[in-house]
Amino acid sequence: MTLDLALQYLVAGLTYGAIYAVVAIGFNIVYSATGIINFAQGEFVMLGGMLAVQLSRSMPLPAAVALSVAITAAVGAVVEVAFIRWLGKPTVLRMVVITIGVSILLREGALFLWGEGVRSLPYFTGDEVSSVGILGARISPQVFWVLGTVALIVAVLEWFYRRTLLGWEMQACAANKDAAALCGVPVRRLVTLSFAMAAAIGALAGAVVSPITYTSYAAGGPLAIKGFTVAILGGLGNSGGAVAAGLALGVVESFAVSVLPAAYKDVVTLSLLLAVLVVRPSGLFASGEAARLKEF
Amino acid sequence: MRLPAPARVALLAAAVVAVQLATQASGKGFYLTQLTMTAYYALVVVGLSLLMGYAGQISLGQAGFFAIGGYTAAFVSTVDLSAQASLPALALLARLGVLVARPDLYGGQILGVNPWAGLVLGVSLASGVAFAVGVPVLRLRGHYLAMATLAFGTIVSAVVVGTQRLGAADGISGVPPFPVLPGVRIGGGSADRVVNYYLAWGLVALSMLLLGNLVGSRTGRALRAIHGAEDAARAMGVDAARLKVRVFVLAAAMASAAGVLLTHYVGGIGPSETSAMKSVRYVAMVAVGGMGSLWGALSAAAVLEFLSLRGVFGAHDDAVFGGILLLVMLFAPDGILNFRARGLLARLRGRPAGSGEGA
Amino acid sequence: MTRPFPVAALLALVPALALAAPEPIKVGALLAVTGPASFLGAPEARTLEMRVQELNARGGIGGRPIQLVLKDTGASPEKAVSFARQLIEEEKVFAILGPSTSGESMAVKGLCEEGKTLLLSMAAAEAIVNPVLPHVFKVAPRDSFAVEVIFQRMKKMGITRIGFLSSNTGFGKGGKEQVEKLAAQYGITLAVNDVYDKAATDLTAEVTKLKAANVQAILNWSIEPAQSIVVKNARQLGLTVPIFQSHGFANLQYVKAAGSAAEGVIFPASRIVVSGELAAGNPQKPVVEAYRKGYEARYGEEVSTFGGHAWDAFGILVAALEQVGPDRAKVRAAVENMKGYVGTAGVFNFSPTDHNGLDIGAFELCTVKNGRFAPLGN
Repeated sequence: MTLDLALQYLVAGLTYGAIYAVVAIGFNIVYSATGIINFAQGEFVMLGGMLAVQLSRSMPLPAAVALSVAITAAVGAVVEVAFIRWLGKPTVLRMVVITIGVSILLREGALFLWGEGVRSLPYFTGDEVSSVGILGARISPQVFWVLGTVALIVAVLEWFYRRTLLGWEMQACAANKDAAALCGVPVRRLVTLSFAMAAAIGALAGAVVSPITYTSYAAGGPLAIKGFTVAILGGLGNSGGAVAAGLALGVVESFAVSVLPAAYKDVVTLSLLLAVLVVRPSGLFASGEAARLKEF
Repeated sequence: MRLPAPARVALLAAAVVAVQLATQASGKGFYLTQLTMTAYYALVVVGLSLLMGYAGQISLGQAGFFAIGGYTAAFVSTVDLSAQASLPALALLARLGVLVARPDLYGGQILGVNPWAGLVLGVSLASGVAFAVGVPVLRLRGHYLAMATLAFGTIVSAVVVGTQRLGAADGISGVPPFPVLPGVRIGGGSADRVVNYYLAWGLVALSMLLLGNLVGSRTGRALRAIHGAEDAARAMGVDAARLKVRVFVLAAAMASAAGVLLTHYVGGIGPSETSAMKSVRYVAMVAVGGMGSLWGALSAAAVLEFLSLRGVFGAHDDAVFGGILLLVMLFAPDGILNFRARGLLARLRGRPAGSGEGA
Repeated sequence: MTRPFPVAALLALVPALALAAPEPIKVGALLAVTGPASFLGAPEARTLEMRVQELNARGGIGGRPIQLVLKDTGASPEKAVSFARQLIEEEKVFAILGPSTSGESMAVKGLCEEGKTLLLSMAAAEAIVNPVLPHVFKVAPRDSFAVEVIFQRMKKMGITRIGFLSSNTGFGKGGKEQVEKLAAQYGITLAVNDVYDKAATDLTAEVTKLKAANVQAILNWSIEPAQSIVVKNARQLGLTVPIFQSHGFANLQYVKAAGSAAEGVIFPASRIVVSGELAAGNPQKPVVEAYRKGYEARYGEEVSTFGGHAWDAFGILVAALEQVGPDRAKVRAAVENMKGYVGTAGVFNFSPTDHNGLDIGAFELCTVKNGRFAPLGN
């Protein structure tokens, strides 16, 4: 394999990987705050893309993306308030099933609203054929938008958790809900906020990536499975791990295409997931000590 | 109303006969087609109910086991070996009854594998896979188990769609009827409809009887103990890991047997049977019936699957199942038969209700 | 931009029609309106809805309206079988239009034969009507015609080494089988022959593989969104070789999705997509123009080849009904002997040995010029 081809595969892999990482980060935010895996996270990504396409018909692109992120965040908050907040301490089984139900309803709602067609936003810079040449590889400018957005999301989250009071409170809430509540942390509101944040991040990713991947009512499910795989590989709740695992998985998938029939690409990914779940459920990057404190 | 299991089975048998007589009397014999299909799906749901309700383990991959059974049956019964019939090994197999000749749709002759071989193969394959997957995966709990089983189901789906010999996206059609007894065959022909109806529901009744015994036995009590508190059960000397795997394999075997028989009844199978949505639907039916209630699961499956197969929900089929799933889990996590309005009211008033959180 | 949901509208239509005075003629339809093949079933359902309403507004057939009993199969063979039995035995429909996919068509054709109910499948697989069953017909042209039209062109352009991609859908599978079967005949080698997942969102890695294999042309067989993605990714990578697509590309929606990357893509299409450019004397011109105008005015979206299959299936049934009246055996015979029926997919000439009735002339090679479809010419 020549250098330019290798680079081409690498960039393609990083693009997929960045998307997986964002979905995984969405899982992590909600998981950290509530211990829930939100199976509807993929639908937030879909909703972000679909809403942005819809809104871009009546307003400039940046406004459409911003508004779409805001609406999806509101949807995320509503989902939490309507379906999760009042349940008290539900069992894991019940939460899994409820979030699956939510994801089906969001998907079917999108089908009802927008039909079965495929949509996308226009390219933010350049158009469908434009590309930037780097060391012989050719890269669409939208790829830089995607990678940049993901980097921005990670940076902002890092700042939020490390440097703001709200971020500290959310971490406290994740570590021990009861203790946090005793210290005056508004746990309930923070849980709602975590859903809104996860939805917003998913929506932003969904809008930015839509010129490359397109979006349709059914786009959420496959993304959720990949995102979850990445979240597990990186260790649930570990956003740095999610980014590393996401990029790694994307690159592995991309190079796998050059040697394996592409039809089995997902089989490779999912077998990897099963293997990791069985052998090292705490994820590839978690320390053994932290793993022992968790229950799988 | 706590009837003993045999009495309930007798009641089921009476209902099955009554429905058949009623459809015959009213000239609506065609309902039996969907009722027969419903019975096979109900087998999957009842098996899953045992796993979810009694062993407390979720499986989002049940459609995968159904498909392993169905695709095995479809594959072995549609291969045509007539060109190789002169090979000594095949001649021997034909003598042993493993291969049987039958006419095809166009009047030609096909030398195919006996459907009994397909049934045995399909169920053993699914059970073997369930064991291999179950041993490591059932150590996981909660989300991890849900995701692992979902991944398993999705792998089955991807393999099916990616394999030309399994018909890829088109699936396998032209699966012949399954002669189970002289004069009795599992197939979709209208002449066989009543027999098939009784066969399918007879199988359901038999399963309920056996599962009822299992649940009432020492094993059943051990299972409930696992569900209640696994650590406590372990401390009492229950081999939780082994029991869970056994139930997982049993549920998979039931799903695959249903897959084999339904494939013969319908005359084919397609990748739609492997979709994650199918698995979610099975979970939904267990949830509606109430976790830990085999009879509830059976009732839920009978009603919901029948309506769905008749196309009552139209283009909103998935949405209906999603909505039901959500509503039941929110307001009646013990199943709609165990719906407690008081608990709901208490919850709406903002007081945490103690009941209903055992599931 | 919400569009009226077709099935809800159709369901509302059914009881209203049942009240009409003369006894309606019941026609069943098994379409994958939702699910993985909704790109086929949804426009098909909308087309049928439109045609039934138009026909009934004109007084139906001999004063009897058509009552459409539409079932959404979600592309599941098991549902198709259940619904087919319902339509045949319970609704006692006169004929069944559909199913949309090959897998479902194969699953129900035996039932229709047993129930002596006319089946007009809208799926492409040749096995549906080969060997012939008396009651089973299909209106979609064979995949092999589309492949041959493409290969003939490649031969003319001196292309011998191509990269072939297809998706893991029934549509992709049908094309793949024919491409593999016919390639050698036209002296074409498949340097790459790869199947990707229908949900693939970026095919850069696959296209990179094509680039590495140094192919003279790309042939892709899939349906949205992948077919737009292939084109985009290829051009972004600086691949300038000709790109051929299947007839699934013949929908302006996909051209818009691929933007300027779609320029110059070559694909076979029925006359429906270039109706504006057809010569005035072309017999298909009035038919495809009527369909295009009616459909686009009503639903605000472009017509597609697939919706056209529903137009043809319904039209053939109505033509036979008008010719011989509502008698099952006579209508079946009338369809089997129908000659020169002008539909959207081409001119149908059925015979007892050919239950498809189309020939290779059903397809014409088209290309994209300035964001519009245009005949490729010679």
